[in-house]
Amino acid sequence: MAKATSERAPPLTRSDTGRQPRKLAPEHLWGVVFVLPYIAIFLLFVVYPVGYGLWLGADWTKLQALFADPLYYRTAVNTLILLLVGVNLKMFIALLLSGYLLQPYKWMPFVFMLIVLPWAMPAIPTFISVRWMLNGQWGLINNFIWTFWEIEGPGWLTSPSLAMGSVVTFYLWKWVPFWTVIFVAGRTAIPKELYEAAAIDGARGLQMFRFVTFPMMASLYLICTVLSMIWTLGDYNTVRFITGGGPVLSTHVLATLGIRDAFEVGDPGLGMAAVISALPLLVPLVAFLVWKMNKEHVQL
Amino acid sequence: MSAAETAPAHAVGKGGIGAHLAALLIALLLLFWTLLPIYNMILVALEPGDSVFSGALWPETFSLENFRIVFTQDHWYLKHFWLQMLNSLIVGLAAAFFTVLIGSMASFSIQRLRLRYGTLLSNTALLSYAIPLSFLAIPFYNILHNYGLLDNLWALIIVAVTFATPYAIFIFSQYSASIPIELDEAARIDGASVPQIYFKLYMPLMRPALVAVGTYALLLAWNEYLYAFLLLSSETTVTVPVALGYFLSSDDSPWNILMAAALIYSIPPLVIYYAMRRHMTTGLTVGSVKG
Repeated sequence: MAKATSERAPPLTRSDTGRQPRKLAPEHLWGVVFVLPYIAIFLLFVVYPVGYGLWLGADWTKLQALFADPLYYRTAVNTLILLLVGVNLKMFIALLLSGYLLQPYKWMPFVFMLIVLPWAMPAIPTFISVRWMLNGQWGLINNFIWTFWEIEGPGWLTSPSLAMGSVVTFYLWKWVPFWTVIFVAGRTAIPKELYEAAAIDGARGLQMFRFVTFPMMASLYLICTVLSMIWTLGDYNTVRFITGGGPVLSTHVLATLGIRDAFEVGDPGLGMAAVISALPLLVPLVAFLVWKMNKEHVQL
Repeated sequence: MSAAETAPAHAVGKGGIGAHLAALLIALLLLFWTLLPIYNMILVALEPGDSVFSGALWPETFSLENFRIVFTQDHWYLKHFWLQMLNSLIVGLAAAFFTVLIGSMASFSIQRLRLRYGTLLSNTALLSYAIPLSFLAIPFYNILHNYGLLDNLWALIIVAVTFATPYAIFIFSQYSASIPIELDEAARIDGASVPQIYFKLYMPLMRPALVAVGTYALLLAWNEYLYAFLLLSSETTVTVPVALGYFLSSDDSPWNILMAAALIYSIPPLVIYYAMRRHMTTGLTVGSVKG
C-alpha cells in the first residue's frame, strides 16, 4: 500500500505516513476495533504459548538431561541432514523442474497438473502409503525389485541409514512440487525483454541462465531456502509416518523427539528443551528471513 | 536439464525431435516417480482381504469390498468414519470463515485505515508465520487444557485460525494495494461509515483474495494431523487423519481398508485444489519476484 501511494505522490505521502494528524480520530478508533480480534488471537495463542513454552523449557536441569541423552545427538544430526541435504536438494531440483515445466510443449500443462499431486494431497494418507510401500516383506518397492531382478530388496525401514535415506527421499517427493510451483511463478515474472536483450547481446544457452535467470531468481531462491529450512525444522509428519522414529529410535528429528518426550515419555519440560535447543539455529534464520523479505519486497 | 529451457519461448523448441523426445522421457520418469505412492494406495485399496500380502504389482482381482466397508463403517476402526469426515469438514469451514473474517478486518485496519503501528503489526505477523507449528504444540496443549477446550473441535479451529491468519494478512495486504484508496475516500465523502466501507466496498473488491485465503485455511485445517491428534481424543470428535493414524497402532492393521479410507479422505481436498487452482496461484504468485 505504502508503495502504491508513494509511486503516485512521493513527497507528500512520505512526510505524512507514520505521523497522521489528529483530525482522523474516529477512523483511528475504528482501526483499533477492526484489528482487535487479531490482536486477541495473537496475544492468547501466539505470545502466551511462546512465552509459556520458553518458561517450560528454559530449565537447566531439563537441558542437561536432554544433552546427556545419546538419542539427542542422533536426533540433532538427523535434523541437520534433513535441513542441509534435504532442503538444498529440494530447492535445486525444484529450480531445474520449474525450467523444465515452462517448456512450451502442448502436453506440458498435463504433466504440470499431475506433478503437483504429492503436494495437493493430504500428507498423512500418502506417507502411510509410503510406509507400506517401503515394507521389506510386502511393500511395492521390494515386490518390484523381486519381479524384475529376482533378488530380495533391502529392509528399507529396518536399517537406520536406509530409513533416514527413505525419509529424505519421500520428503523430496512431498515438497519438491510446492517449491517448483513457486519457482515457475518466479520465472514467469521475469520480463521477456531481458531475455530478448540478452539474445541480442549474443547470450546463448547456459549464458541465459547465468546472466538473466540466475540474478533475477537469486533473491527468491535464497528466501525460499531459508523459509523452507524453518518449516522443515518443524516437520513432524514425515518422520512420524514413514519411520515412526524407528528403527530403534534412530530416525527421530527434533520435532518428533520433542513430541515424544512430552507426550509418550510424559515430560513436557524435556520436550520443550528439545525445541529450545533448536533456537540457536531457528532465531538467526527467522531474523535473516524477516530482514530479507522486508528489504526485497518478496512475498509468498 | 539446463538453461535451454529458461530461454524465451521462441528459442525453445528449436531443438527439434531429439529434444522433444528427451523432454517426453523426463516427463515419463517424473510421472512414474510422482504417481508411485498414489498408485500404491489405489492398488492396496483394491485388493481383497488377505491378498495385501500377495506381492502383486497390479491388482489381480479387483474388489470394491474395502470401499463398501468404509462406506458402511463395517470395521471397528471405522465405526465413526462419516462423523469424523463431518468433523474435518466443520473444522475446515470454520477455520476458513474465521481466518478470512479476522484476517480481512486486520488488513483493512492496517492498510485502509492506516492504523498506527500497523507496519509493526504486520511485521510481527510475518514473524509468527515463520514459527514452525510443531514447536508450539506442547505449550498449546497445556494452554487449551487450562481453558478446558481439549477434545473440543473449537481447539483445532483456534489452532488453524491462529496459524493461517498471518498468511491471510500478507495476501490481503498485497492484494488490497491494487484497489485505489480513492474509492474509500469517495465513499466517505458520500457519507459511508467505516463498517459500510468494509462490508460494501472492501470485501466485494477483495473477493479473489478472500477465496484464495479461505481455500488455504480450509486445506490447512483439513490436513492438520499433529494438533488434531494432541487436542482431540474421543472417537467421535477426532478428525479423519487422527483416525487413520490409529490404524498404525497395531501390527496387524487392515492395510487395504486403511488405504480405501485414506483415498476417500484425500478426494475432497484434491477436488477443491484443482477447482481453485487458478485462484490459489494468483495468491501465491502476486509479487513473487520484486527484488
